[in-house]
Amino acid sequence: MSNIKKAFENKKAFIPFITCGDPDLETTAKIVREAVANGASLVELGIPFSDPTAEGPVIQGANLRALNGGVTTDKVFDLVRDLRKDVTVPMVFMTYANVVFSYGSDRFFKTCSEVGIDGIILPDLPFEEKEEFLNDCHKYGVDLISLIAPTSKDRIAMIAKEAEGFIYLVSSLGVTGTRTEINTDLESIVKIIRENSTVPCAIGFGISTPEQAKKMASVSDGAIVGSAIIKIMEKYGKESPKYVGEYVKTMVDAI
Amino acid sequence: MSNNDSKTGRFGIHGGQYIPETLMNAVIELEEAYNHYKNDPEFNRELTELLNEYGGRPSRLYYAEKMTKDLGGAKIYLKREDLNHTGAHKINNVLGQALLAKKMGKTRLIAETGAGQHGVATATAAALMGMECVVFMGEEDTKRQALNVYRMRLLGAEVIPVTTGTATLKDAVSEAMREWTKRIDDTHYCLGSVMGPHPFPTIVRDFQAVISKEIKEQILEKEGRLPDAVLACVGGGSNAIGTFYNFINDKDVRLIGCEAAGRGVDTYETAATVATGKLGIFHGMKSYFCQDEYGQIAPVYSISAGLDYPGIGPEHAYLHDIGRAEYVPVTDEEAVCAFEYLAKTEGIIPAIESAHAVAHALKIAPEMDKDKIIVITISGRGDKDCAAIARYRGEDINE
Repeated sequence: MSNIKKAFENKKAFIPFITCGDPDLETTAKIVREAVANGASLVELGIPFSDPTAEGPVIQGANLRALNGGVTTDKVFDLVRDLRKDVTVPMVFMTYANVVFSYGSDRFFKTCSEVGIDGIILPDLPFEEKEEFLNDCHKYGVDLISLIAPTSKDRIAMIAKEAEGFIYLVSSLGVTGTRTEINTDLESIVKIIRENSTVPCAIGFGISTPEQAKKMASVSDGAIVGSAIIKIMEKYGKESPKYVGEYVKTMVDAI
Repeated sequence: MSNNDSKTGRFGIHGGQYIPETLMNAVIELEEAYNHYKNDPEFNRELTELLNEYGGRPSRLYYAEKMTKDLGGAKIYLKREDLNHTGAHKINNVLGQALLAKKMGKTRLIAETGAGQHGVATATAAALMGMECVVFMGEEDTKRQALNVYRMRLLGAEVIPVTTGTATLKDAVSEAMREWTKRIDDTHYCLGSVMGPHPFPTIVRDFQAVISKEIKEQILEKEGRLPDAVLACVGGGSNAIGTFYNFINDKDVRLIGCEAAGRGVDTYETAATVATGKLGIFHGMKSYFCQDEYGQIAPVYSISAGLDYPGIGPEHAYLHDIGRAEYVPVTDEEAVCAFEYLAKTEGIIPAIESAHAVAHALKIAPEMDKDKIIVITISGRGDKDCAAIARYRGEDINE
């Protein structure tokens, strides 16, 4: 059984996204531990990329700050190694195809497996291109997480049928970032997903308030929050772990 | 014919569709529409009429006699894409895509631009066809190419300066892609080069292939034989693939792409992708990219805003792999000298992008026999570059 399923057992999952190395990796480690201590059921760790085309300005900024601080893929692996001394919830990477490709697919997923990464989200790797990494993912037991978007329509069933780990349902058009309203008919999409897959489904993009998280988690298996957390990290820097922890608690309580 | 698997959009190992799921149905819809209209006689009649009556095609193949005599080697012809409406080859692709978008029911065009030539062409087509137009342009480039920013606004387009990353062409592409994921229903992303996800590299190539189709007809008429080499500058590579395409099967015609080496391929201030890049995945495609050991895209540099891009189109990467085309680096200094040379020798001011191809011709033509023939594509005109080149030479002029 995929370790990721544990995050969804008997509860709605709250999934924080944290860009590694913003403002530095020591703070990232503290933020992850605070988030887990306050009820995060799965943690999505971003490996920074120079040109994150699926991100809005907030997460773009985090990527830039991390890279300017000297974060590399190897240092992120070291961070996960350290976290795994005590963090037991599933952890997945979110990054871009070129980060994996340039590291070497086999070497990348082998190291994921060694340090204890359970899955990976690559927003620029759609269903048609997943063969690029799928064999290595399976070889090392890392789930390649599929994304489904409001525009997926006739593609939903096809993607859901082969999904593993969890399904990342993108709530709205556009890039990551907080939104005041989410108008997509998510219930209908989730219904098609359920008909074609037993894998849990969590909703992300645009979620920042406890009310939104509650609503999203009620129609699915969980809520993913990125930009709202990055904003706290941007505001408080090295002091942010405490504030992220408080925020995570509010969100976990809401769902 | 290059190994173009039109189903998956691969050129050898290059190409593909590495884009967010949000855009997948949009590119599938585009591919279906393109496959339908490319064989539609009415579409082709309309496009040909636009290219000829509005765009000014066919463009001239001009025998550069003074340059030929001065260099004392191969006979040199210039393919005058600079004489097209809007002053560059970009209009060939834009008229095709805008017409296609209109047939698809789209009412809004978005585009990225580097030097501003593609942005101007897109703004022009949008004005002609009554479509809304938004152009993303790196803030750095809006300064280097202020005149083109004004032209786009004059044509009714909104120009959005991009401040992220290096604030140049790659960031303009990223921002245009982000905008497309926000608004798909009424919007067509009019990509300006043979790059990005399938089907763009194929569509843009097909619309630019008119360049080599005409060169072939014109040179056969003037010389009764094919040229020994064709030269074009390469950023993403649209005028180069247009120049190469109909010669790919003519194995005796050398295909030479001239990359922007900036301050030199041994410096970090370069945009010569084939010379300094490695295989990667970015902006929707697998191809060669300038990047560091962890796959972070390099902040490239060239004096030419249009060639200042860290990647190269997937079909070029394939032509390089199989050894069918050669890609050579040309520095800023060499390009500026060629810019000045062509102005003084032939009375033609080329775009600084095109001057990279002229610069390489200055190197190879004197080494070739007098019975050899080379064709250089002058992809655009250089009016837009005059102020920047003057600055490069230490002269401050008001635009």
